[in-house]
Amino acid sequence: MEPINIVNSIITPLDRKNVDTDQIISKEFLKRIERTGFGRFLFHHWRFDAQGNENSDFVLNKPEYQGSQILVAQDNFGCGSSREHAPWAILDYGFRVVIAPSFADIFHNNCFKNGILPIRLTEIECDEILAKGLASPYSVEVNLEAQTVVGSDGKVYSFNIDPYYKQMLLNGWDEISLTFQYEDYIKAYEDKRVAF
Amino acid sequence: MAKNIVEKIWDSHVVYQEAGKPDLLYIDLHLIHEVTSPQAFEGLRLAGRKVRRPDLCFATMDHNVPTKNLPTINDPIAKKQIMTLADNAKEFGIQLADIGHPDQGIVHVIGPELGLTQPGKTIVCGDSHTSTHGAFGALAFGIGTSEVEHVLSTQTLWQSKPPTMEIRVNGQLGIGVAAKDIILAIIAKWGIGVGTGHIVEYTGEAIRNLSMEERMTICNMSIEAGAKAGLISPDQTTVEFLRERRFAPSAESFDEAANYWLSLASDTDCTYDVVLEINAEEIEPFVTWGTNPSMGTGVSKTVPTSADYTSESDKSALNKALTYMGLEEGQPISSIEIQHVFIGSCTNSRLSDLRTAANIIEGKKVAPGVNAIVVPGSYSTKAAAEKEGLHKIFLDAGFEWRESGCSACLGMNEDIIPFGERCASTSNRNFEGRQGAGARTHLVSPAMAAAAAIEGHFVDVRKYVTQVV
Ligand code: SF4
Repeated sequence: MEPINIVNSIITPLDRKNVDTDQIISKEFLKRIERTGFGRFLFHHWRFDAQGNENSDFVLNKPEYQGSQILVAQDNFGCGSSREHAPWAILDYGFRVVIAPSFADIFHNNCFKNGILPIRLTEIECDEILAKGLASPYSVEVNLEAQTVVGSDGKVYSFNIDPYYKQMLLNGWDEISLTFQYEDYIKAYEDKRVAF
Repeated sequence: MAKNIVEKIWDSHVVYQEAGKPDLLYIDLHLIHEVTSPQAFEGLRLAGRKVRRPDLCFATMDHNVPTKNLPTINDPIAKKQIMTLADNAKEFGIQLADIGHPDQGIVHVIGPELGLTQPGKTIVCGDSHTSTHGAFGALAFGIGTSEVEHVLSTQTLWQSKPPTMEIRVNGQLGIGVAAKDIILAIIAKWGIGVGTGHIVEYTGEAIRNLSMEERMTICNMSIEAGAKAGLISPDQTTVEFLRERRFAPSAESFDEAANYWLSLASDTDCTYDVVLEINAEEIEPFVTWGTNPSMGTGVSKTVPTSADYTSESDKSALNKALTYMGLEEGQPISSIEIQHVFIGSCTNSRLSDLRTAANIIEGKKVAPGVNAIVVPGSYSTKAAAEKEGLHKIFLDAGFEWRESGCSACLGMNEDIIPFGERCASTSNRNFEGRQGAGARTHLVSPAMAAAAAIEGHFVDVRKYVTQVV
């Protein structure tokens, strides 16, 4: 997993709440057995119409947001299906950070396993960033170490993050290798575990 | 100190605890399906790791499998994914209910059927509807593929203990009102984010009176309320369901197991971080009209209007949903005409669901212009239904009687609802495109789906139920 600390980019304002993982990556793309290559299918049914033509109204298709690494959305981002294909698609498309007032649990967990930083800001702060980003391209600098998002207008937003997951992201740790250090505890638990 | 069931199960599964870190929790049962596992097995291979406890894993294929013309799988990519699971199960020594195996079915249907699902277990699966197994008083939750890989290699997960929420359903449910209506009413009342970050325990008289299959319907949709897991304390109903199931404790140790299970029930004076209450009497048969499971209302009601909402974002969400669904503000629910009926999915495809639907349609015909299919949740459910002759009732009425699998719940196989058409579905998600690009899904109970099949639009199923009585 690639470590992450500072990300400097314009934001992509996705002004919707309850963005579910079925929208992030639609079921027709879940049959692949690889982890990579899902980016081109991200938000497929919003990006393309039934004939496969680009929907120019959709934010990801607008020229001013190309190259963005930071996605900003409304409440309850990533709800629904547990499919990790959703964060894989987000990462593969080029996003490293997602900012929203709240995230669905499984999606939130899945981000940490893939080197994506999910940032919770308040609804008011998200509304403000979305409004700025919709009005004209708005860049921010995300600093995980400092736990801040600093806008190009100087506005500073700070966020909380679980210290354990912060370390994981900063160091790009592989969680399974970490857990292997606790193998004796696992063994001890198994020895006394009750099973009928 | 009095504990609720979540605390009891959690505390007995902690392998390692340290301040400032999540707990390392032991996992008792790992269910596996073809869509969310291939990358996890590939990860093991790349790192040269083994499956720590293949004996605590059980795999099946459900999402991609065709429900007709088996064993032919036309879609080469789906076929590859299915074959990949078969190969992985073999390579890593994991039990598999393969295509054509009598145990095969939707993973959340077969776990309980086989008696793999038991009170007090921690159960995970790379699938958000793993919450279904909570009906037995198990701590069951969905995980991502990286976590699948973590469980395969260590049989544990790092988890921070979430706060708990009690949802108490008081009173008695009316005749013709289903478990599905309870959970849809809960989600409509408090929203799809109400449970976010919480584990929900469902309590109260109306819950106690439910059968195991009905409890599974409720717990299944916990994730639709955003909850990490949903469960119900075990009682005698739970114990009797498990007696003599294949993987349940044998006759010699069953009573001991049953006593242990019953001891896991939440203590009477335990507490929760949040408590919500709803009255069963106020719940009527439900129909969703929008593009998430909270956008639903009673069948006697109308589609909301923007005047019903105060915030601009809610008004715009209503607008987007109604545009997608092709509905008008204020339109009566009973005026919504449907072209498809899908009775199936891990929410409502068990024997009692099929019996209820068959009861409604017996001697009647599917309305002209409606395509109706029944997809039993597992091969064992299918066989049991056929033994009772339920398939004949469905076929005589004009339903198709399919092989088992996830089918039109998510339309990964050929069972797709065409663009712009409308489906009365007993599944759990009405997201945009869930059943097919542009497809319009209305979530309902099996009884409501059956009644809609006969009339071609939504009707209050209670009219049929009173006819039967
Ligand atoms: S039936 Fe639907 S919700 Fe259930 S496991 Fe299958 S796809 Fe998921």
